[in-house]
Amino acid sequence: MFAVPAAVAVGFLAVPLLGLLGRTPWGTLGAELATPRVLEALRLSLVCSLGAVAVSAVLGVPLAFLLARVEFPGRNLVRALTTLPMVLPPVVGGVALLLAFGRRGVAGQWLERAFGVTLPFTTTGAILAEAFVAMPFLVITTEAGLRAMDRRFEDAAATLGAGRWATLRRVTLPLIAPSLGAGIALCWARALGEFGATITFAGNLPGVTQTMPLAVYLALETDLEAAIALSLVLLAVSLAVLIALRDRWFPTA
Amino acid sequence: MLRSRIRPAAVLAAAALAFAGCGGDGEPSGGTSVSPAEIKVFAAASLTAAFGKLGEQFTAANGGTKVTFNFAGSQALATQIQQAAPADVFASADTTNMDKVKDLVGTPQNFASNLLQIVVEKGNPKDVKGLDDLARTDLKVVLAAEEVPAGKYAKQVLDQAGVSVQPVSLEDNVKAVVTKVSLGEADAGIVYVTDVTAGGGKIEGVDIPTEQNVVATYPIATVKASKSQDQAQAFVDLVRSAEGQGVLQSFGFLPPPTS
Repeated sequence: MFAVPAAVAVGFLAVPLLGLLGRTPWGTLGAELATPRVLEALRLSLVCSLGAVAVSAVLGVPLAFLLARVEFPGRNLVRALTTLPMVLPPVVGGVALLLAFGRRGVAGQWLERAFGVTLPFTTTGAILAEAFVAMPFLVITTEAGLRAMDRRFEDAAATLGAGRWATLRRVTLPLIAPSLGAGIALCWARALGEFGATITFAGNLPGVTQTMPLAVYLALETDLEAAIALSLVLLAVSLAVLIALRDRWFPTA
Repeated sequence: MLRSRIRPAAVLAAAALAFAGCGGDGEPSGGTSVSPAEIKVFAAASLTAAFGKLGEQFTAANGGTKVTFNFAGSQALATQIQQAAPADVFASADTTNMDKVKDLVGTPQNFASNLLQIVVEKGNPKDVKGLDDLARTDLKVVLAAEEVPAGKYAKQVLDQAGVSVQPVSLEDNVKAVVTKVSLGEADAGIVYVTDVTAGGGKIEGVDIPTEQNVVATYPIATVKASKSQDQAQAFVDLVRSAEGQGVLQSFGFLPPPTS
């Protein structure tokens, strides 16, 4: 009874990927991937996505702790706010970032006046755009791990004389490590694939803000073979993340 | 019990899918159609305002035939046509992109030209006087990407003038350049004269002297795979007619090159 719709579902997901593999110019793939523009985009994508993961971890893990452990008024609102970038269309996120952190933006004006810092058209801007859309993945997954873990281990550590920082380092974090790891991997994959917010907020300049997805988009309009080669690289990276996470989709303590 | 509920639902769903496949374009066979047809015009982004107006005039004069526009960078449109996108008419901002699809379109005809202009924020706060100023390091300059006709022309103009510009972003179409300047994110950009006219109150233009400027030539053609050849040709005829030329020129376009 489920076989036919399920088969259609598998087909729906598999055919586009097979189409991509089928049209890949295998013979010239090496040459396509070695061009400066592609290598530049690849380097930039790695820098920006890892930067976005770092920002997401520094800001997101404390937030996850707050949401999991502390009862405070408006907690549901904060959780909804955290999930918002996951459902918001990325280009809308980009527009919002522009209105907030652009040169004429609410916060951007102050940043420029006080620190001389402008974010649009910079690699930092690209990192922030990617962090904006990817952080929710980290927060949600880590929060789930925190909720699922057995807190008696922390209590036991406290009774044995461990301070809060030691407990965090040697008990809590190791216990939530699978969820944290999964959250980081999902966050990274999302940041790597980000397009709408990046091109709207950070712009498009090879070597500065033209990450792989932007390079694919522009190459598509003029050089289909290069676009396919780039797409293949992103596909390979995504598959690698999925395979690495295969046992960890539903993190438990 | 479940089966007796699922089966009729499944049959209904299958039927709905089958009928959706029959939807199609609702046109009877042959070039002459009695029902209100629709044509899809793929046009360069810089033609947005002018063609929008021409579309309305076309619909009024052609028994309600709707015109749907796809405005984008001409390079994007050419690629879409190569990938068999359903276009009836293609209007490009340069002959290069029309050449890319020359096997897929009828004989192209030039219908307009355009000149470039520097676009700045209203009031010209950064005091940009000409092309040389664009090389200033205190200015954030945005250009269209080189594959975009506007970007290609801009590069020509800058190379001819010997000005070396470090843009902060290379946009996908010329309207995006206007947007970045309107938003105040960029200080200056190079766009068409018509984009400055259409851009509204937030921007103004700084002229590029004629001897430094390039003339952009806009060709238009019907697409061979179009199922509405008559209507497509009628649209092209309108664009090239005195009426159409009047509309184009009211938006700042120049007549096509006479050669």
